Amino acid sequence: MDYGTTFIVLACVFGFFMAWGIGANDVANAMGTSVGSRAITIKQAIIIATIFELSGAILAGGQVTKTIRKGMLDPSLLANTPELLVYGMLASLLAAGIWLMIASRFGWPVSTTHSIVGAIVGFAAVGIGMDAVNWGKVGTIVMSWVISPVTAGIIAYALFMSVQKLIINTNDPFRNAKRYVPMYIFLVGFIVSLVTMFKGLKHIGLEMTTFECYSLAVIIGLIIMVISNIFIRRIQIDPEADRDFHFANVERVFAVLMMVTACAMAFAHGSNDVANAVGPIAAIVGIVQSGGVVATKTALPIWILILGGIGIVIGLITYGHKVIATVGTSITELTPSRGFAATLAAATTVVFASGTGLPISTTHTLVGAVLGVGLARGIAALNMRVIRTIFMSWVVTLPAGAFLAIIFFFMLKGIFS
Amino acid sequence: MSDHIFRMFGASPISPLQQHMSKALACVAELIPFFDAVVNHDLEAMATIQKRIATLENEADVLKKELRLHLPKGMFLPVSRRDLLDVLTIQDSLANQTKDIAGLMLGRKMSLPESMAEKFIAYVHCSVDAAEQAQKAINEFDELLETGFRGNEVRLVKKLIKTLNKIEDDSDSMQVVVRNQLFQIEKDLPPVEVMFIYKIIEKVGEVADTAQRVGSRLQLMLAK
Repeated sequence: MDYGTTFIVLACVFGFFMAWGIGANDVANAMGTSVGSRAITIKQAIIIATIFELSGAILAGGQVTKTIRKGMLDPSLLANTPELLVYGMLASLLAAGIWLMIASRFGWPVSTTHSIVGAIVGFAAVGIGMDAVNWGKVGTIVMSWVISPVTAGIIAYALFMSVQKLIINTNDPFRNAKRYVPMYIFLVGFIVSLVTMFKGLKHIGLEMTTFECYSLAVIIGLIIMVISNIFIRRIQIDPEADRDFHFANVERVFAVLMMVTACAMAFAHGSNDVANAVGPIAAIVGIVQSGGVVATKTALPIWILILGGIGIVIGLITYGHKVIATVGTSITELTPSRGFAATLAAATTVVFASGTGLPISTTHTLVGAVLGVGLARGIAALNMRVIRTIFMSWVVTLPAGAFLAIIFFFMLKGIFS
Repeated sequence: MSDHIFRMFGASPISPLQQHMSKALACVAELIPFFDAVVNHDLEAMATIQKRIATLENEADVLKKELRLHLPKGMFLPVSRRDLLDVLTIQDSLANQTKDIAGLMLGRKMSLPESMAEKFIAYVHCSVDAAEQAQKAINEFDELLETGFRGNEVRLVKKLIKTLNKIEDDSDSMQVVVRNQLFQIEKDLPPVEVMFIYKIIEKVGEVADTAQRVGSRLQLMLAK
């Protein structure tokens, strides 16, 4: 490894750039709804997103990073030519980063996950050989892209119906909102922390028994519930607000829930999407540090996750606030009760996928969840054309990422060897 | 990808539909001062009010066109798009019918026989009431969405529609009374004038009828 340091520096620069892009673009998904429903200000949204994206990346980002780093390729084929993997991973980062830049320039809804997966599979299949790709794993990942929006849709439908049943379609929706919303908040805290502890915490050296996981998840859920309850208690009926729209006060209670769910979504996003940027870095660092061995057993250095997390946060601070501001002012149709059902469904699905190590598209999952609420007759108007474009874009993104990665792969190979 | 997720939310057709209904109702409500002017043989007032009605009808038309643009094919709505556009058309005909009545009466400088005035004014009030009741139902649309078109809210709207149907029934029986009054005196009046008064009686009844149709369309939507 003659160029070891160069490779690591390049990997960090490309990866950081990509993490920046993820932070700049994607974070609005999680926080936009809260800002839009006037639950929080943009400044608060940035602070909340920063904390939860970062902790999601560091605490629960390990599994997906592992998949991106080595799950999709067959390491035995690469044992004799570790430098090819280095070129390939650098090429993938570049390809995905550039494809994302092109896409946002033209306003196409492409997913970071699909770009990086397409790029890695592309360089491996063409640059190294069809056998180098672990097609079984890639197949599972592609399947998860179909399953995750459907799952999120079903959960969102069920959540929305339960909210209707327990709170909105009752004789005293306001009182029932105050009674049941804390329970939903408990559920958010419980699920997210449970999945994280079960799957995510090994790489920071925490091994816990099943019982410990459950008890700690209950405690975390309760803490979040108690804190939120302070805010919920403060909400008093404002008769003026209910004059035009009888559910205005109920929605104010849901706004607290929406906030908690937005935190969960930011956490979920950090846990899944940071891997797209740091997975390739981790692969390169692993090879260089082990002196050119394609290691399968090395641990993931935590600083790489932190690097990715910080990249996302900087993207969020430098550019994300603009996106959140645009999004926050443009939507008023999504009231907190719907926003919560869709966001929680998406967050749950994403956190589960992160725990299983599946890189999925946060955006697609959220779209699936919103459709679920729409099918329950909960949303005034959904533009099916936009939804179709969002879903179809991954058909284009896979070959585009692959194509660019192949070009960069052969360029890097030419330069360094 | 940033704001794509938010672009999937189309503009809600509900608030524009409610605004259109308010406009149509404002138009219909002008029938009360208009008929007061008719009864008082105040041609000048009739002209002013007719102008107001024409302006309101025009504004309703603009709102109607805007809403239609909001609802391109490929919008996924909690109610059928067809029904929604139908309600809009029916609401719009409330304004059109009002404009017709005022235009016809002003153009022919019509007046009403004194003996009919009291019952006729009551009959007009009844049609305006029907339109008001239809608006009440349409105003519940956002609450219907909030509840996912289920439960108490649906029952409430059904009750509003039931009342609307009752008002329309009242209007029907008042029409019979007013017609009968005219029949009693028709031989003493100029025949052409009589013909047109019959026509106006019919048209005022149509307003209540149209208001009722707004309600029945809304009811259809509840059961998507």
